[in-house]
Amino acid sequence: MNIHNPLGGVELRALEIVRELKTLEGPLLPILHALHHEFGHIPQSVLPLIAKELNLSRAEVYGVLTFYHDFREDPAGRHVLKLCRAEACQSIGGEAFCNSVREALGIDWHETTPDGRVTLEPVFCLGLCSCAPAAMLDGELIGRADLAAVKAALAEAGR
Amino acid sequence: MSIKIYVPRDSAAVALGANHLAKALQYAIASEGHDAIIVRNGSRGMHWLETLIEVETPEGRIAYGPVKAKDVEPLIEAGLLEGKSGHPLYLGPTEDIPFLKNQTRLTFARCGVIDPLSLTDYEAHGGLKGLRSALAMHAADIVKEVTDSGLRGRGGAGFPTGVKWNTVLHAKASQKYIVCNADEGDSATFADRMIMEGDPFVLIEGMAIAGLATGATKGYIFTRSEYPLAIEVFNKAITIAREAGILGSSVLGSHHAFDMELRVGAGAYVCGEETSLLNALEGKRGVVRSKPPLPALEGLFGKPTVVNNVISLASVPIILDEGAEYYRDFGMGRSRGTIPIQIAGNARHTGLYETAFGLTLGEIVEGIGGGTATGRPIKAAQVGGPLGAFFPPSMFDTPFDYEAFAARGGLIGHAGITVFDDSADMLKMARFAFEFCAVESCGKCTPCRIGSTRGVEVMDKIAAGIEPKKSLDLVTDLCNTMKFGSLCALGGFTPYPVMSAITHFPDDFVGSTKLEAAE
Repeated sequence: MNIHNPLGGVELRALEIVRELKTLEGPLLPILHALHHEFGHIPQSVLPLIAKELNLSRAEVYGVLTFYHDFREDPAGRHVLKLCRAEACQSIGGEAFCNSVREALGIDWHETTPDGRVTLEPVFCLGLCSCAPAAMLDGELIGRADLAAVKAALAEAGR
Repeated sequence: MSIKIYVPRDSAAVALGANHLAKALQYAIASEGHDAIIVRNGSRGMHWLETLIEVETPEGRIAYGPVKAKDVEPLIEAGLLEGKSGHPLYLGPTEDIPFLKNQTRLTFARCGVIDPLSLTDYEAHGGLKGLRSALAMHAADIVKEVTDSGLRGRGGAGFPTGVKWNTVLHAKASQKYIVCNADEGDSATFADRMIMEGDPFVLIEGMAIAGLATGATKGYIFTRSEYPLAIEVFNKAITIAREAGILGSSVLGSHHAFDMELRVGAGAYVCGEETSLLNALEGKRGVVRSKPPLPALEGLFGKPTVVNNVISLASVPIILDEGAEYYRDFGMGRSRGTIPIQIAGNARHTGLYETAFGLTLGEIVEGIGGGTATGRPIKAAQVGGPLGAFFPPSMFDTPFDYEAFAARGGLIGHAGITVFDDSADMLKMARFAFEFCAVESCGKCTPCRIGSTRGVEVMDKIAAGIEPKKSLDLVTDLCNTMKFGSLCALGGFTPYPVMSAITHFPDDFVGSTKLEAAE
């Protein structure tokens, strides 16, 4: 997108967020978090505007965006399911649990179900190593997780 | 007076249904007209018993667990509100539960005991005494107290905290920073999270003391996006502390200024490395920096910066309150004070156990941890997270001490222990160590960036039985290159899990040739 073109709704809202946070020391991560929270991902079209406001190159902004696993460049499904793949969860059936969920949803890591309902992401540690395996659905924590618990949480979360 | 019922709001408890339980309990109390209130505390650290609820009685707090929402009605009928013993989930007085009774809780003294966001509770249980002592001291004397206590960095490196503070104290600069490393990414560790959720003011107090000691007026705490509850609780605690005058332009009415801000990472494990964390705070890619310059001299925004782990900083208030000697008297060798050991994974008694250094690994894993949750024999214990070594039971006589672990080819790290039963495949675990390193490498140095991917490939070769002897020699060589050629601990310590798995569990590395031979 060319910055000189008229800004759309997304860009105008993004600009508000950037201007609100740019006075922080080291503002880029808080800005990206806020944009991600607002839009569910970081739209390509806001990168030039962040770069201009922070006096950075677009490459620098893009470099930061792509360095961190959390930031998505495309929208996720309506629900994001994260399953822990780290050692403590592995020690007590984590791999079998992850495989059972992948099979039940019919998708692999980083994929979204065809109906756009669930995106599956691996995570390396939710700090629930004492009640493993662990999962998180849209910020809701599930300890001693199994397929049944995940299905129940998805049912509760709705469409 | 209303009866107090404690229902933890710690993430582990919440993940096991504590919020549903609290709701059910609240409903029962209201509908049956009981004079009782629910306090959402932190966790006592006995996570296999979560959700563990407690009732305050004239005889002290009585525990019940593990409680689910469906247990509420039967529990109340059996006399929960009077702390009666009639129900199978009755555990007796909380403090008498052996797992808790045998601990030495200095850093975690209040965790699970108080309402985490009540400053009144905090002060009633000894809070702010350390900061008040520090305010009456010269900066150099605070640093000396911390140095004399023998406190070493609890994040894993074990560097003496006082020495780091001293460097920052003597650095000349217009601005200095205290950065709290709360990027607790190691599997098996949750001590930082428990402090942020269960006793956030102790960390705020510790950071404020660090500020007084070094002349830093601004603090940042950098934590993980995977810890939503800790973020919420800690941000509230900062606001409360600011309103109470603990933070701000005049710390507790003194002429010292100190304030802080919480920042959230974005899912990069490597940001737990201090220089990478500083880059993330500055809004850059979380790439590791070369040292020197030390962060103590050129850290955040190029200014002198103390970077300390949550547990190091949260241990400072008790040192300033009780004195260096009190703290130093716990422990063994050069490992002084207490360490919050986190028992995780396939253990029967999982949770947090704070104790003086010096217990053997066997005492921790088999004694306190009670063996495996599955009831099968223990195969290995990985100590120190994904970059820590796997210890076989034959090495369980190793005492929990920085030097003793180093001498055995391992590390304590952040004191998290993952227990594995005999179904674990150590070749798979070694491969995973490389895979994890490949996913999380910041990419700055070649041994880590390339070596991790080559490591995965060679492990696959071994698994497939392709030239296993030659492949094992190659892995050993690769690990040497990574260990000595990497900039930071990610590439440098990945060889610990890999080589310990190969050395102690050679039978798992014969690949499919064994099967071929058998056929």
